[in-house]
This record gives sequence, C-alpha cells and structure tokens, in this order.
Amino acid sequence: MSLSRREFLKSSAAASAAAAMGMTIPATLQAAADTAESNWRWDKAACRFCGTGCGIMMATKDGKIVAVKGDPAAPVNRGLNCIKGYFNAKIMYGADRLTQPLLRMGEDGQFDKKGKFAPVSWKRAFDEMEIHIKKALKSGGPEAVGVFASGQYTIMEGYAAQKLMKGGFRSNALDPNARHCMASAVVGFYQTFGIDEPSGCYDDIELTDTIVAWGSNMAEMHPILWSRVTDRKLSDPERVKVISIQTYNHRTSDLADVEIIFSPNTDLALWNYIAHEIVYNHPESIDWDFVKKHIVFAASPVNIGYGMRKAGEKSLTPVNPDGSAGKYSAKEMQIINKEMSKVVSAKEAPALKPYGYKEGDVMTNKDAPLNNLAHWEISFDEYKKFLEPYTLDYVATISKGNPDEDINEFKKKLQTLADLYIEKGRKVVSFWTMGMNQHTRGTWVNTLAYNVHFLLNKQAKPGDGAFSLTGQPSACGTAREVGTFCHRLPADMMVENPKHREITENRWKIPKTTLNPVGNQHIMKIHRDIEDGFMKFAWVNVCNPYQDTASAEHWIKAAREMDNFIVTSDGYPGISAKVSDLILPSAMIYEKWGGYGNAERRTQLWRQQVLPVGDAMSDTWQWVELSKRFTVKDVWGEQPLRGKNEDGTPKKLPSVIDQAKAMGYTEDTTMYEILFANKEAQSYKVDLNSFPQQGYDNSEVIGDSRNVEGSDGKVFKGYGFMIHEYLFEEYASFGRGHGHDLADFTTYHKVRGLKWPVVDGKETQWRFNVKYDPYAAKETKESGNSHAFYGVLAKELMQGDLMGVKDKTKIALKNKAKIFARPYMDPPEMPDAEYPTWLSTGRVLEHWHSGTMTMRVPELYRAVPEALCYMHPKDADTFGVKQGELCWVESRRGKVKARVETRGRNQPSRGLVFVPWFDEKVFINKVCLDATCPQSKQTDFKKCAVKVYKA
Amino acid sequence: MMTLWKNYRYLLLRRITQIGLMFLYFGANVWGWNILVGNLSSSKIFGLIPMSDPYATLQMFFAGAVLSADLLLGVAIATLFYLVVGGRAFCSWVCPINLITDTAGYVRRKVGIDRSQGFRQPASRQLRYWVLAMSLVISTLMGVAAFEFISPVSMVYRGIAFGLGFGWAAMLVIFLFDLFVLKDGWCGHVCPLGGFYSLLGSFSLLRVLYNQEKCTLCMKCKTVCPEHQVLHMIGKESLSVTSGECTNCARCIEVCEDDALGFSIRKLVKR
Amino acid sequence: MNETKREPISDRRKFILNMARGVGLATMGGFVWSAHVNEAKASSLLLRPPGAIKESDFLKTCIKCGLCVVACPYNTLFLAKAGENKPIGTPYFTPREMPCYMCPTIPCVPVCPTGALDEESLLTNQKLDINRADMGVAIVDSNSCIAFWGIQCDACYRACPLLGKAITIEYSKNERTGKHAYLKPVVQIDSCTGCGMCEKACVTEKAAIFVLPREVALGRAGDHYIKGWDKEDEKRVKNATSKTTTTEISKKSAVDSLNDTKELY
Repeated sequence: MSLSRREFLKSSAAASAAAAMGMTIPATLQAAADTAESNWRWDKAACRFCGTGCGIMMATKDGKIVAVKGDPAAPVNRGLNCIKGYFNAKIMYGADRLTQPLLRMGEDGQFDKKGKFAPVSWKRAFDEMEIHIKKALKSGGPEAVGVFASGQYTIMEGYAAQKLMKGGFRSNALDPNARHCMASAVVGFYQTFGIDEPSGCYDDIELTDTIVAWGSNMAEMHPILWSRVTDRKLSDPERVKVISIQTYNHRTSDLADVEIIFSPNTDLALWNYIAHEIVYNHPESIDWDFVKKHIVFAASPVNIGYGMRKAGEKSLTPVNPDGSAGKYSAKEMQIINKEMSKVVSAKEAPALKPYGYKEGDVMTNKDAPLNNLAHWEISFDEYKKFLEPYTLDYVATISKGNPDEDINEFKKKLQTLADLYIEKGRKVVSFWTMGMNQHTRGTWVNTLAYNVHFLLNKQAKPGDGAFSLTGQPSACGTAREVGTFCHRLPADMMVENPKHREITENRWKIPKTTLNPVGNQHIMKIHRDIEDGFMKFAWVNVCNPYQDTASAEHWIKAAREMDNFIVTSDGYPGISAKVSDLILPSAMIYEKWGGYGNAERRTQLWRQQVLPVGDAMSDTWQWVELSKRFTVKDVWGEQPLRGKNEDGTPKKLPSVIDQAKAMGYTEDTTMYEILFANKEAQSYKVDLNSFPQQGYDNSEVIGDSRNVEGSDGKVFKGYGFMIHEYLFEEYASFGRGHGHDLADFTTYHKVRGLKWPVVDGKETQWRFNVKYDPYAAKETKESGNSHAFYGVLAKELMQGDLMGVKDKTKIALKNKAKIFARPYMDPPEMPDAEYPTWLSTGRVLEHWHSGTMTMRVPELYRAVPEALCYMHPKDADTFGVKQGELCWVESRRGKVKARVETRGRNQPSRGLVFVPWFDEKVFINKVCLDATCPQSKQTDFKKCAVKVYKA
Repeated sequence: MMTLWKNYRYLLLRRITQIGLMFLYFGANVWGWNILVGNLSSSKIFGLIPMSDPYATLQMFFAGAVLSADLLLGVAIATLFYLVVGGRAFCSWVCPINLITDTAGYVRRKVGIDRSQGFRQPASRQLRYWVLAMSLVISTLMGVAAFEFISPVSMVYRGIAFGLGFGWAAMLVIFLFDLFVLKDGWCGHVCPLGGFYSLLGSFSLLRVLYNQEKCTLCMKCKTVCPEHQVLHMIGKESLSVTSGECTNCARCIEVCEDDALGFSIRKLVKR
Repeated sequence: MNETKREPISDRRKFILNMARGVGLATMGGFVWSAHVNEAKASSLLLRPPGAIKESDFLKTCIKCGLCVVACPYNTLFLAKAGENKPIGTPYFTPREMPCYMCPTIPCVPVCPTGALDEESLLTNQKLDINRADMGVAIVDSNSCIAFWGIQCDACYRACPLLGKAITIEYSKNERTGKHAYLKPVVQIDSCTGCGMCEKACVTEKAAIFVLPREVALGRAGDHYIKGWDKEDEKRVKNATSKTTTTEISKKSAVDSLNDTKELY
C-alpha cells in the first residue's frame, strides 16, 4: 500500500496520540502506521573501506540504500565510523556508474583494439572473453592468462576466481592488489611464525602501555583504531606512551609523546638499534627462558636485488650504447641496473661489514631471482655479531630524517624509544602499515619487528605484540586466507607444495596434477609479462592496477599498444577501465552477498541489500558464467609452461583429461559443472522462508526483477542453489582443523564477526598463546610452554652463519619462531644531484585508494578535490615553487603536475615531498619506481628520487 | 561608402571605444589580460597607470572615507584627461549606458514618439544637478558613496566584467524610461555622473565650433543632439559650444551636410 | 453656482510653487534613496578579502573597481551583483563555494587603489603575512558536527592552513563505547583568519563549521574584568574606562528616591 507523506504524518501522529492516551485505535489505521514507519529496513554489513573492519547497518528504502549507521553492537567500532564509513550509503550511486558491458569496437561492430567503447550484451561480452582466453591459452599456455585480483574481493568472489583460474585454467597468474599492500607482512609472518596473520588483536590497544606507530599514519588511515589509541592514552596519560616513527610529520604525531623522523629505509637500522640495545646494553632484559624454548636465530643472503626487471628480459633488450635498453630509457636503466649489481655505499657499509662487504665493493645480486626466500639457522653469537654495528652513533647518523634536527636531540629520542621497549613490565604494541610493507626490504623489516618483541617476550600476549595493520577490507579475509595470490592456495597452502596441491585437487574434485606448480606471476610480473608480449589476456577484478602500479606509463602503454585483451570489471570508469578493451559492469558491495575479513582475523558476512544498478552483476556471477564457456578438453589437455626442467626438457602441464574421464567427467563437461554447480554445491538449497535468505534479494541464486539477459542471451533466472554459502563453506573447510577454523555461514549472519580460529564456537584473541589459543594449548600439552608457534611453513632449517649455510642437515623447529639477522641496506634509488629529493606517496583520510568511489561522493570530493604535493617551505623556496601554485614532480620515469602545499596535514622535513595517489589527475604512480621487496614482491611506493620545479 | 564613413565615422569610433574598453575589462577578469584591469570606478592601465572615477571619489569624500594617495593620483589623472577631451566625452565615448540611451533615442525618432509627445518634456535638465547634490548629501548622511549603490552605470560596466546579476533590469528600466517617459531621460536629465562631468566639462579644451556662415539652418544637428540646448547658437552666431553638457559625441558634425560644425580647441583667453 | 473666474497665477507664486514642488520631490526622492542605501549596506554577514578595514569604513572606502577580484588566482572573490541583497559592487567571498586559499603573496591586497584593503594591517616585519588576515572567524555547530558524535572526521582540522593553531583537536573519552575517543575540532579565535577552508571541507550536508565576520560571531566580555590567571589578558585594562551607570532603580536622583515613599507603606 502506498501512503502519501501527508497521510503518513497524519496516521502516525494519530497513532502516537492515541497510544499516549491509552486509546484503542482502529486496526486499519494501526496497520497503516506500521507500514509507513517501516518502509525502510536495517541490516548489518561491513564497511567497504579499510582493513579496520567496522560494522555498519544499512537502511534500504524502495530498493536503494538510503542511510547508514555505525553498528553499536560491532566490537571494533561500537557504532562509530570515520568519514569514509559515514558515506557508505552514497558510494554506489555516482552518476557515471557502469551499467552495461562495453567493448572497443570498429565501425563494423567487431572488436577493434583501437576502437571506441560501445555497449554490448553480456552474451557478446562473454563471447569475446572466451575467444581471447582461448587465443591466449593457445599462444602461451596458462601463464598467458592473468587476473589482477583484489584484497577488496568478497571471500566468495575471491574463492570463485581462484577455483576457475587455478583449477580450471591451470593458471596461477592471479595476484591481488594486496600484493602492493600486505605481501611483506605476509612473508614476514611466514618466515617468522610459519603461518600468516597477526597473533594479537585490537584488544591489545586497551591493554597496552605503549603504542608505537612505525611508518603508519593511523590517524588518517585507521581512524577508528586511532580513536581507540587516543582513548587509551587519555585513560592514563602519564603511563601510556605513544611514539610516532615516520619519514615525515603527519597527524599520527599529534598524539605522540615522541616523534622520530627517520630517513627513508633506515627503519631497518632503528629496529636493529633497539635489538642492539637489548643484546649489548641490557642483556638482563632478554627473557632467555622464553627465547630458548620458542625461538631460533636465522640469517639470509643480502645480495637479493630489488625486485626490478632483470637483464635479458624481453623488454630490456636490446641494450643500446646510450645506456637505454629495450623499452626503458637510459635514465631508468641507471636504477634498474642495480638489480644486477650495485656498489656498497658508505651509509650501508658498516651494516654490511659482518657480511664481508666494505664501502665501494660491488655486490652482485646472484641470488636474486630464485633463491631469495632462503634462510638458515645461526647461533645467538652470530646474531650478536650481526648486531654489533648498530650503535647509537651509527644509527643516529644514518637515520636522522630531519636535517634541521639536532643530532643529540635525535639520539635522546632513540634512547627513549629503546628504553620504552626494554622497560620491564611495560607492555608494548608496535603497529605498522605501508611504511614497513611497501619497502624494498619489507619482509626484512617486518621480521625485525618481531625480533625485538621476541627477545623481550613481548609478543602474542594481551597488550604486547608487533601487529601489522591491514590496508584493505579483505586483504586478510580474501587475498590471504582464500589465497588469491599466485603462489597460494586456501588456508596458507602453497602451489609449489605437491601435498598442498593434492589436498586442493581432492577437495575441488579435479584430477591430480591439474594444478600448476609454478606460482611466480605476482602482480608486477603480470604487468611485465604483458609488456613483454607474453601475457595476452588479463582481467581486472575489484581493483585499479593501471592507477595503483608504479612506473605506470609502461603498463598502460603495454595494455594499449600491444596485442592483448584487457578486461576490467568495475562499478565506475577508472583508469583501468579506460585502458581496457572490454568493461564489465560490476555489482558493488551491498548489491551482492559477501564477506570480508579484517586485520584482526575477524570474518564478517552480509546479505545482498539492494539490486545492482543497471545490468551490473557480481564478480562471482561473472566468474561462474565464464566457467560455462570452458570444457574439460579446452583446458585440461597438455599445456606448455615457460622455462625448462632440470633435464632440459620444456616445462609443461600434463594432460589430465583421462583422469577426468575416470572421475566421471566427459571431454565436454564444463568447468561450471565441475567447479561451481557440482553435487555438493547443489546441496546448498534455496530457502526463501528461513534465515538468512528470507526477505533478501539474491541475484545470483534466484535471479531478480531486472531480468538481466545473461551470458547465453536469455534472462538469467538464478543458479537454483545457494552458491554463496557453497563457496564459503567449501573454502572454510580448508582451514577447519588447521588453525584457520571459521564458523558456519549462518552464524556469521547473526554475529558481528568472529576472530578465527573459531574453535567450539569461540573466537581467538591471541594466537600462539596457550591461554587463549586452543591450537597452542594442544601443542604444548607435553612441554608446558607458554606459547606454541605452530605454523608449519619453513620449519626445517639448515645450519650456518651470517655468510651462508655450513651444514645442510635440516633441523626441525616445531612450534618455534625465528629471529632474523637482517641488515640495513640502501634502497635502489636515493636522492642525488639531479633528483635531489625523496618522494613518498600514500593516502588521505577522505579518499579510498584510487578514488573511484570516494571521489564520486560530493562531500568527500569537496573536502579534498585534488592531490597536493606536500613539502617543507624552505624546500619550496629552493625549488622556486610557491604555496598553492603548480609544480612538476619528476623522476627518471615520468612526471606529474601537482599543487604545492607547504602547510597543513603533512609537513615533511627538508628533503622529502609527499604526494597522495588517490587522484587520477595527479597520477603519481607515473613517477614511482616499481622496485619491490625481492622476497614479498611488494612495491616500494614510499621512496624514490625526484626533482621538483615550477610548472 | 565614403559618405557612409563621413556620416558615421565618429559614431563608429565611439562604439569601438565603448565596446573595446568593456572587452578589455572583461578580458582582464576572465583571461587575465593586463591591458586594462578593474572597471570604470577604478582601473589600472598596463598594471601601472591608475585611473579613478572622480565623482565616486567625491562621494567617498563626503561619506567620510580616508582617501588614499593612490586613489587621488588616479582621480587626478582621470580629471586631467577629461579636462582636455571634454568632461562628458566620458558619456558618449566610454559609458556603456550611452549605447542603451542612444538606441532608445534612435527608436524614439524612428517610431515617432518624439513627435507624439511634442516638445513638452515633463522634467528639467537641471534635475541632474539636484540629483548630484542630493547624492553628496546622502553620502554624508549615510556614510557611503550613495550614488554608487544605485548607479545603473556602474551596475552595467561592473556587470560586463564581473557578472551582471539583476543589473539587466536596470538596463531595461533606463531603456524604457528613455523610450517612453522622457526623451534623453537618463543621460540628459537624471544621471548625476553626467551632471558631474558637465560641471567638469565647462572648463574643457576640446570643443565643437559652429560656423554660421556655412550653416543652411537645416536643423539636423539639433534633432540628433541629445543635449540640444547646447546648440543654442545655431543660426545665430559662430561660436564654440561652451556648455559642459555637450558630450562631444560629434553626431552634429556628422549629420551636418554643410561643414558648419567641427572640433576645435577652445580659446582659453576670451576676446 | 457662481462660476468664479480663475485668476492667472502670478510669477512669484509660480516660483514659490515650483520651489516647493522641487523641495518636495527632492525630499521624497532623497528618502527613498536613503532608505534603499540603508537597506543595501545593512547586510553584515559578508566576508571581505584579507586586509579589509572595518565594515562601515570599508563600505565608505571601497570604490567597487574589482581589482582585487581580478588579482585572486582562485576565483574566490566576487563583486556583489544587483539582486543579491549585498552591498552592490563590493567584493566578498563564500567559503563553502570557494574559500580564501591564503596566498602568501596576498595578490588581492596591494592592488586596492583606495586602501579599503589595507596592506599595513597585514605586515609582519614589513613583510606581507597572510596569517595576520582577519576575514572572519570559524564557528563550529557542535550539534551537527559529526566529530562531536564520535565520527572520526576532522576534515576541517586537516584542511586548515594553520592546522594545530587555528583549529586544534580536543580529545575526550567516549564513555558510551568505552574504548573510543572523541577528537573534536576547536577553533582558536586568535589564530583563525576566517579563510573558510574548513567550511569548504566540512562533509556535512550544510557545513557544521562556518565562517562569520568576527563582529557577528563573537561576544565581548567587557574590559572591566580581567582574568586573574592569565597574564595576556592584562592588556585589556588599557581599554577599560569608568562610566556612570543607570538602571531602572537608579535612574532617579538619590534625593528624589529618598523623598518618594509612595509605595513604602
């Protein structure tokens, strides 16, 4: 029934007046009031944005989301939000939402790489995808098909993508933007604990005495957590200390008792300084009982390069006399050449002395390509020897980041920092985000954090621990836990491990040896493979790789100018969509059932709140529809791989068609039938009469009133089984019983998220700690230890010293974690005479990532309409630029124009400028260097050398 | 063609000057040109030479404003300039309202409103001096430059460079007023700025000189003149137009087929 | 009825009548004109460019030439147009649309020919200093400011060119959630220049922080009381004066009061 506004006011006023007087009112009028007051519906969901994982409630009215409120029952945020969360209701309704598939076409209606975008049907879109995937498979095998995946995928989407890519196409070239964001933390966790994700949780904030933010602007990037830190500080201002360790002054320093501004990359030296203080000057503070029972010391090679392109790669040939090489200019090659070898600088020489290097030595990065994850056990004495150079004098000299600060003042700060860590009985939490992850030694610096906490036995305890904060809403939940990385499978399994592949093949009911054991196509490799002309098909999912990748011009050129087919699924026309050949309109977050997992291992699910705009469909649907186009014979025959086996034969994947037949499939069985609509999947029934499906849209399962024409040209009526629950439960089954236990699908729709492992219905706050983690308790039944670091990856080590392996016998280190000897080293590009200034990039509170959503919210756009170049006023004078005027920021790779800001939220010291990357008009990733941590492959967006001049 | 040029040459030049100045002001605000910045109240020429409206400044003085040296310099330059070229040269060569009132006057003549209303004008040309005086009184009493708050002249020229807002209504009112109510109503009767320049112009150098010997008494000059009272000597004696109310528009010179009228420099020393 | 023949009006009479008519018309016109001017200059909510002198003097002194408008690189300034109900022709800005970006060179001020924008007032050590500008003062409506609800916003704080000086953050515990803090923006009126960058940045539908001219926005405590705990406040004594006071009860002279026993019994 419909009531006009007037009638509504009249009837509800009458009803409340009547109620106030205790009158009985006619039933019809009462009913009218009820309907009127409830023409909106509240339901819980997770915030779309960062890794904090705030719970929200969405109000839906007439099929549109109209309002949002913080969920008072959500433990993370208790009803609060930051301003991005505040605008969740508006992100889906930008005027330029993509509503239909768009293909680049020529006049003749055929695909034309140089054509203009024109609308096509979903059927046509999938026809083109099918053609081009088949073409790519034919040209280069499975490795020629790639996917830019995401830490903003829902769990189900990520799992669906993973299944079809790895199980169907046998391609591991599926890697998320989380690679740019969390990979160093992940490898740090793997190497240290043998299992991914933090041991602590946000409750540490309320329990700790010391909060140290390392390379993290929590105040802007994790505002709700920051308000918890602030509250902790307020609750005991004398006792609670906040330390802000950054490369430039920003808002996180507002609350800090001590602000340490360090020179980029020297966080490595700072951590080792603290360890040096512990080991050399406060040996009594080492908890030897803990260390002996739980820790081994380890070392790894230092000549591992910087994750850049390597000599001989196709786009680096031929090498020209002027120094340029292939598609790279002579200037670019000045830096890229350091991938092969570099000269040890005066700055890093003392730190590398224990490794046998001195200033001026040429370091050849021979270990760079293959063996860079290797590490071996060393003695404590070796570790102590390694720490020797990190005296206060040396560390203060190389790490002081503000040239105008007095060195003695700076030394005092470092001492205070060390003292706070060491102080007996003082609980310490170290938080970090991109500063330590986006780092050419990101894995190293992550492990160095745990060193200090381990030595002091201040890890994995309430209020104590090193805690890696996550950037994206489901970098943990999807990218990491589901394993949408090129090298991963669900629940911390690895593609290169035959046992893990087998477990997965069995679970997926696909033939043995279907899965590809080579998983090396991380996100930079995908871009580089496209530039090399090897990868022919790439699909962008829930991310914006053509804006978010450093050395951006190379990848955009490769996408536009080479023979390939790029598909982008998105809600809005961002840069990635612009450089694509086919654009698929995607349902956005609350237009589909989904789930995210936040930084403290909290999994949160939500239901579809509204129908998608236009003909948009979810990414899950897009993957499942694509699977209908591929049969056993299309993808499971013998497939070539790049490279050669040890015996010199070309690598390949065997045909598994016969085994498939033995399993009851035929050559024409589609991947849809095998991977998505199998018997197990069909057992998850549509049940519109009970919780949680009752009363909610479910476009993939039962179709919807839009009657969208699907991939076969007919109206899509739904799969007829509860595919979201199937995907979630199948994925969850990988982790149950293996330290990754999740609750069931329905439970998550009732609770405000649970921190895994969820054992016997109970979540886990502190992992590895016997008191809190049932897995740790199980492992320590006999030993009676306080902790068990029960992760299983890299838990057998050879023996050696700093220089290398001396004894190849592998010794198991069950339930133990590692302290790593990892020195300070220079990043590959540092300021010099021509490019005299550091450039750091990052975000602002008001905008999310590449801004495709938040730049379309008018209030957020008005608040921060453009990215500014923050710099010190004296630098502005030196560069000859003026506050508010435009300047060029130029590196060896490219340049952008930005407005000069010498005051305001970010206040760098002399020698560093900061530019946020949300603004596609200030395309700063054209300037950034695509050097990565060679272990984690995570790009260092935080430092390169630039010059700044008047535009 | 030559006759056309001869008959309209001053009109054309005036229009070019009027529109050209407005265009320069507009360009300064919109495209950042630096030739003529500001507006007719006060401007900078080539970013250097100031020029300011003496009448506005006079009002400010009466309102009690402290006058800056910059401003006075600008006033001095403007005053000197108009002392040379004729006070009301502003009215016919610069002021954009002149375009409107000339149009109204033209339409009046063509449609014949002039004749239907006869020569009985319902107001005196002295009115502008009253308005001028009153503007100074009100400026004193209200503490602001009073005429500047209602001046359609500034509304229009500001409007052209900085946005007109409701100013078009003022333009329309003046047009209708001149067309239907009072011949040469705004410029010839009401406008105190014109009044001010009339007073200033009484002393100016550049003058129209009448040569009775050539005159055939066709009276075209008096028909076309917006301030025909200044041509009182036509048919009587050869004289310079001495009244400051003459706008030096030169329409009389153009329409005269007998070469009886022309510009001359006034003799400063009287016979 | 007898027809009375009208006598011709004498010249003298005609003159007097004309004079009276003129005076009457002038009075009428003058009043209408004055009323209009009075109305038009009454709008006191306008924000003026940096260095603008006191509003009443500004209205006298500004010649409405628009040189400041042309000089502004951000298109912040406008001249009030007819029909906007603002003192016509005078420069103003609307921060929600376009705030003053506080150029260090303050290009809008030196070009002012009349001194309505006063360069002197913006000098620190003989150098232009935009931080001395006083265009207005920002006011926070704590009801609609979402930072006061506990939302982590502070967009105004981060937008403020004098961050940490003109807008500071006041921290307090959020007792409802028990573990979060309020981070509330507080305007420091002595440092606020009224540039309005906060108002522009405010993410609420209608800005919860907005700039008003100081005269409108601020109260005045009076100089007869000085904060005993604040050394700085001491300087207000120099404005303090003594004045005979009158209230309802003291308006009659003492003697008159004493003699008035009317209502005493």
